[in-house]
Amino acid sequence: MSRGRPEFNRERCKGCTLCIGACPEKILSMSRDEFNSQGVPFALCFDEARCTACMSCAIICPDNAIRIYRFPQASGE
Amino acid sequence: MPVDTKEAKLVYDRPKSLVDMPNHYCPGCGHGIIHKLIAQCIDELGIRDTTILVAPVGCSVLAYYYLDVDGCEAAHGRAPAVATGIKRVHPDKTVIAYQGDGDLLAIGTAETIHAANRGEKLTVVFVNNAIYGMTGGQMAPTTLQAQKTKTSPYGRNPADVGYPIRACELLNTLDAPVFIERCSVSSVKNILRTKRAIMKGLRNQIEGKGYSFIEVLSMCPTGWGLEPREAASWVDSDMTPIFPLGNLRDR
Amino acid sequence: MSIILMKGNEAIGEAAIIAGCRHYFGYPITPQNELPAYMSLRLPKVGGTFLQAESELAAINMVFGASAAGARAMTSSSSPGMSLKQEGISYMAGAELPAVVVNMMRGGPGLGNIAGAQGDYFQAVKGGGNGDYHCIVLAPSTVQELADLTVLAFDLADQYRIVVILLGDGFIGQMSEPITLPQPSAKKFDKSSWALVGAKGRKSHLIASIRLNPEDALEKHNEHLQAKYREIEKNERLWEASQTDDADYILVGFGLSARICRSAVSGLRKAGVKAGLFRPITLWPFPDAELAAAAKGKKNLLVVEMNAGQMLQDVRLAVGSTVPVDFLGTLGGATPQVESVIERIKTYAR
Repeated sequence: MSRGRPEFNRERCKGCTLCIGACPEKILSMSRDEFNSQGVPFALCFDEARCTACMSCAIICPDNAIRIYRFPQASGE
Repeated sequence: MPVDTKEAKLVYDRPKSLVDMPNHYCPGCGHGIIHKLIAQCIDELGIRDTTILVAPVGCSVLAYYYLDVDGCEAAHGRAPAVATGIKRVHPDKTVIAYQGDGDLLAIGTAETIHAANRGEKLTVVFVNNAIYGMTGGQMAPTTLQAQKTKTSPYGRNPADVGYPIRACELLNTLDAPVFIERCSVSSVKNILRTKRAIMKGLRNQIEGKGYSFIEVLSMCPTGWGLEPREAASWVDSDMTPIFPLGNLRDR
Repeated sequence: MSIILMKGNEAIGEAAIIAGCRHYFGYPITPQNELPAYMSLRLPKVGGTFLQAESELAAINMVFGASAAGARAMTSSSSPGMSLKQEGISYMAGAELPAVVVNMMRGGPGLGNIAGAQGDYFQAVKGGGNGDYHCIVLAPSTVQELADLTVLAFDLADQYRIVVILLGDGFIGQMSEPITLPQPSAKKFDKSSWALVGAKGRKSHLIASIRLNPEDALEKHNEHLQAKYREIEKNERLWEASQTDDADYILVGFGLSARICRSAVSGLRKAGVKAGLFRPITLWPFPDAELAAAAKGKKNLLVVEMNAGQMLQDVRLAVGSTVPVDFLGTLGGATPQVESVIERIKTYAR
């Protein structure tokens, strides 16, 4: 079960792809056939179940377009 | 997609001292990351009300729009002098000079060296992206050998215009500075180190210890003609051998 | 002769090379960056030297040196950078060194903005540096003039041992227009009596603005400079007077504002209003007598500038109280609209 979830602000995303390179789980990609109001494709997470809430994407994002939520883990984990 | 907030805890968000607005920087530019780190440090140290930021002339000429602290313009290269004026009037405030290559190492060389030499109790953040971004990508004092720019169209030729300048090593010849470190924002690991260095630089000022200098190797995808991820790699592969990361002084 | 489409800033560069300039020292500043970039490409190809200096201050001092060494040297900048060059220009005036300094003006004061403007007239014409001196100031209005006046600038600089300022603005620097590249000048200037090349077989030369000995050395030197300036005022005036003979109203503008005035004259004439254009091309020496002659008997002058009223003062000095002088100015990089100029002229008829 996933440890967390990233939340992407598609309007703030400039499509730089630094988050995609930073994600150790490789679960980020650019949108296909969808663009924000700037006409730019935006980053998204295509497999939230594998998010570890490591925050790498949010740390490297130059545009504060990513929030990270962490889920409380079951005891013992 | 909205998150079920009953269960989830928000662990990473825009720092409070960073204004909630889109910034004008190019996709993949390091300035956005560095502004965020400074804002995080300001938040964590609780110094939003007592910080004054001096901006450069360069891509980050509008830095004071993004950091929610008192902001001051400086003519190109003069930020350390302007910061000196402010700090001498308000020794109890935290004064940050934020500068790029041209500002700090070309036109501002004298101001840079002399503020450091006097040991002005400032925190100087030097963003080194080996190019002049704002004016369209001209050669900087930190441009690498053979690097092509708008004013080194055939590649920087050291026989003609010398080699890139290492600011940290230059300032390390002076007696007064208390903290000199070079970091980078090319990767998550490096970004976290940069934040620690900025934090130290700000703490030194709060504790009245002296002059702190943090050089940050940063991406300029537009100026370099590289995709952002390629630009981040280029910082590691090409810039870091010339500008080695690490701490040179920590008193 | 072939016609070539050129961007203003680049046309200056090519014309400088045609004029024999092989030494350019500059620094990036919007809106003239195309010029140093162009020189960095072209000068190495013609055996010249391009150098991006560490600042505008350093660049003008490199020009000082290259000029002292006998070369045709040039630098360029925009308003805030020109402020930095004032020290060097004053030194060059005192030392009587020739050079061409290009200012593609932008909005000010201070860092201002990057739009074209005309706010540096005072700085260029009345002298932004210390002391009693003048630079010849040329005001091009088209990309063709940017090229032609650059060639002229080098000749004037060498002939009179003076700094010539090419006073453009951000808009005409960015414009691309079809031009015919100027021919190189046939004039030759002998600098062997003063240039620093090494004192072999002759007494040593000195290039300096400081004059301490004897006590009246500086006074005498200034008298010499003033005599030179009087000669330039007599011989080097340039202006354009277009449709002024039968005009009731004369628009006075330079550079970009003159283009706007020209369009306004055309619009006014079509509407049956007799308007004309007086366009100073040398801002120093200012064609005051010629303006006064053109203004004689007219009903109104309208000075149009992209500033708060700078050339306006010289126009008022030239015509005195012989004709009413009105002013239409725009600030901070805003441009006057042709319609506004036309409307203002029409108010005089009411």
